[in-house]
Amino acid sequence: MSVLVYTESEQGTFKKAALEVASYAKAVANQLGTTVTAVTINVDGASELGNYGVDKVLNVSNPQLQSFNANSYAEAIKQAAEKEAAKVVIVSSSADSKYLAPLLAVGLNAGYASNVIEAPTSTSPFTVKRTAFTNKAFEISQINTDVKIIGVSNNSFGLVENSGNASSEDFSPSISDSGIKVESIDKATDKVTIADADIVVSAGRGLKGPENWGMVEELADVLGAATACSKPVSDLGWRPHSEHVGQTGKPVASNLYIAIGISGAIQHLAGINASKVKVVINTDAEAPFFKAADYGVVGDAFEVVPQLIEKLKAFKAQQ
Amino acid sequence: MKILVCISHVPDTTSKINFSEGDTKFDTNGVQFVINPNDEFGLTRAMWFKEKQGAHVTVVNVGSTETEPTLRKALAIGADAAIRVNTAASDGFSVAKQLANVVKDGAYDLVIAGRESIDYNGGMVPGMIAGLTNANFVNNCIGLEVDGTSAQVVREIDGGKETVSTALPLVIGGQKGLVEESDLRIPNMRGIMMARQKPLTVVDPIDANAETTSVKFEKPAPKGAVKLVSADNLDELVNLLHNEAKVI
Repeated sequence: MSVLVYTESEQGTFKKAALEVASYAKAVANQLGTTVTAVTINVDGASELGNYGVDKVLNVSNPQLQSFNANSYAEAIKQAAEKEAAKVVIVSSSADSKYLAPLLAVGLNAGYASNVIEAPTSTSPFTVKRTAFTNKAFEISQINTDVKIIGVSNNSFGLVENSGNASSEDFSPSISDSGIKVESIDKATDKVTIADADIVVSAGRGLKGPENWGMVEELADVLGAATACSKPVSDLGWRPHSEHVGQTGKPVASNLYIAIGISGAIQHLAGINASKVKVVINTDAEAPFFKAADYGVVGDAFEVVPQLIEKLKAFKAQQ
Repeated sequence: MKILVCISHVPDTTSKINFSEGDTKFDTNGVQFVINPNDEFGLTRAMWFKEKQGAHVTVVNVGSTETEPTLRKALAIGADAAIRVNTAASDGFSVAKQLANVVKDGAYDLVIAGRESIDYNGGMVPGMIAGLTNANFVNNCIGLEVDGTSAQVVREIDGGKETVSTALPLVIGGQKGLVEESDLRIPNMRGIMMARQKPLTVVDPIDANAETTSVKFEKPAPKGAVKLVSADNLDELVNLLHNEAKVI
C-alpha cells in the first residue's frame, strides 16, 4: 500500500516538477507510515529519484508512450496504482498531468484535488489545502474516496532531498489505442516555459509596442526566466496567448515574478498571487500592483530595465 | 451535429472573494455571476458550428434555480435549448457524473466544457465527462474544426501548441484562443426576447455522492507594504533579491 507518484520527464530527463512531487510523496508516505513507488515513462531514473525519497521505481518503457497522450498515460498510471494497491496517487500540476488526472480519477474511482500547496493537514480524514478562486483564496478540501489523487502545485512544496536507494523494476502495462492522433507539434524548445520557470519576467501595455520586447527577453535571458505578458498585450497581438498571465490566461507560481509596465488589474493579480516574490516596475506610483508587490521601482521601464539588466549581469559575473 | 456546452455559473472576474458561516461558505453577497470565461469561449465556438454547419446547441448547468439567469444568457447568445440539473453543485466529480448522465441521455456528438471554472479551479469536469462516457478527450483547446465524424483540435502545450485529429464523440476542455475575445457575443434585445421562448428543461439529478468536500476556506494573509527602491539605486534591488528574498 505505497504512495504512488507519477514523475514526468521530457526527452529522458526528469522535469523539476517530478522531483518536487517525489519530495511531496515522501512526506505523505511518512505521514501514512508507508513507502513511495514512482512510475516513470520511457526514462530510467531510479538513482535520481532515490535522492528524493522514492523507494521503488516502476519503469515503463513503451514506444506507444513516446509522446504524451492523456488516455494512454492515465491507463499506465492506473495499472501501476492497482499493482501497488496505492491509496494515494500524486501527480504534478503541469498541463499534461492536469489533462490525465481526471481520466485517472474516473479509472480509479478516486477523488481528485488539484492545485494542492501543502502536505496533507490530516490523513484521517484526508484533508489538503489547495488554491481556489484563482489564488484569491485557499480551500481546505477533504477527499472522501478510498483512493485519492493529489495534484501538487508547482513550486509550492519545493525539493526535499531524502537520500536513499530506490529499487528498479520493469513494468509493462497494456495500452489500448488512445483515439487521438498527433498531427504536429509546434514548440519553442529553447525557451523556458512559464509552467517550469522559477522566475517569470512579464510586461504590459507600459511597453508601448511589441518592438520593445527585446529588453524584456534580455532581462529574462540574464535571469534564466520565462517571458509573460498581461491580458491587453495578448489581446492586442503583441505577444502570443500562451504568454497571457491571469485569471483567463495562465496562472503563475514562480519564485520570482517581475512585472514591468503592468498596472495590476484584479484578474492579473489573481493569476500571479501564488508567486512568492513580486517585483513591480511602473511609472505610476499609484498603480494597484504596488499594493501586491514585495519590491517596487517607480520609474520608466525604458530607463530602469536596461540598467537592471546591466546590474544583474555584473551580479551574475561575480557569482 | 448535436453539441452540448457545459456552462458554469461563476463570480465575475472582478469579484472580491469573501466567505461566510465561519469561512465554510462562499459569500454571494454583492457578487455578480457570469458564464465561466472558459465556457464562454466554447459557447461562442459552438455558435459558429450552429451558423456554419447547422449544429444544434444545448447548454447545461448543474445548479439550483439561481443559475437560471446564466443559462438564459447563453440562450440569448444563441443556444437552442438549455438543461438545468436540479441540484446544488458540490465537487467536480459529482458534477461530472450529472453531466455525463445528460450526455448519455442526449447522445451528443460534441461536448464543450471550459478547461476549468474560475471559482474552484478543479480542472476536472471535462476529462471526467469523457472518462465516464468513453468519449475522446482533448484538453486546453485553442482551435477546433469538425468535418463529419472527425475533428481536428489544436491544444496549448507548455511552450507551444499541438494539433491532433480524433473522432466524434468528443469532449473538449476549451479556453481562451478557441475564438478571439473580440468574437465573444453580448446578448442583444432580440436574443433576450427569443431566449424567453426557448426550452429550459429542469431534470432531476442522479445519485452521485461528492468525492471531495470543502471543509473551510481561507484568504491569503494580508500583504506587508511594498519596499520601494529608487530607480537610481538598482544595486539595492539586486541586493534585496539576492540576500533578503533569496530568489536570485
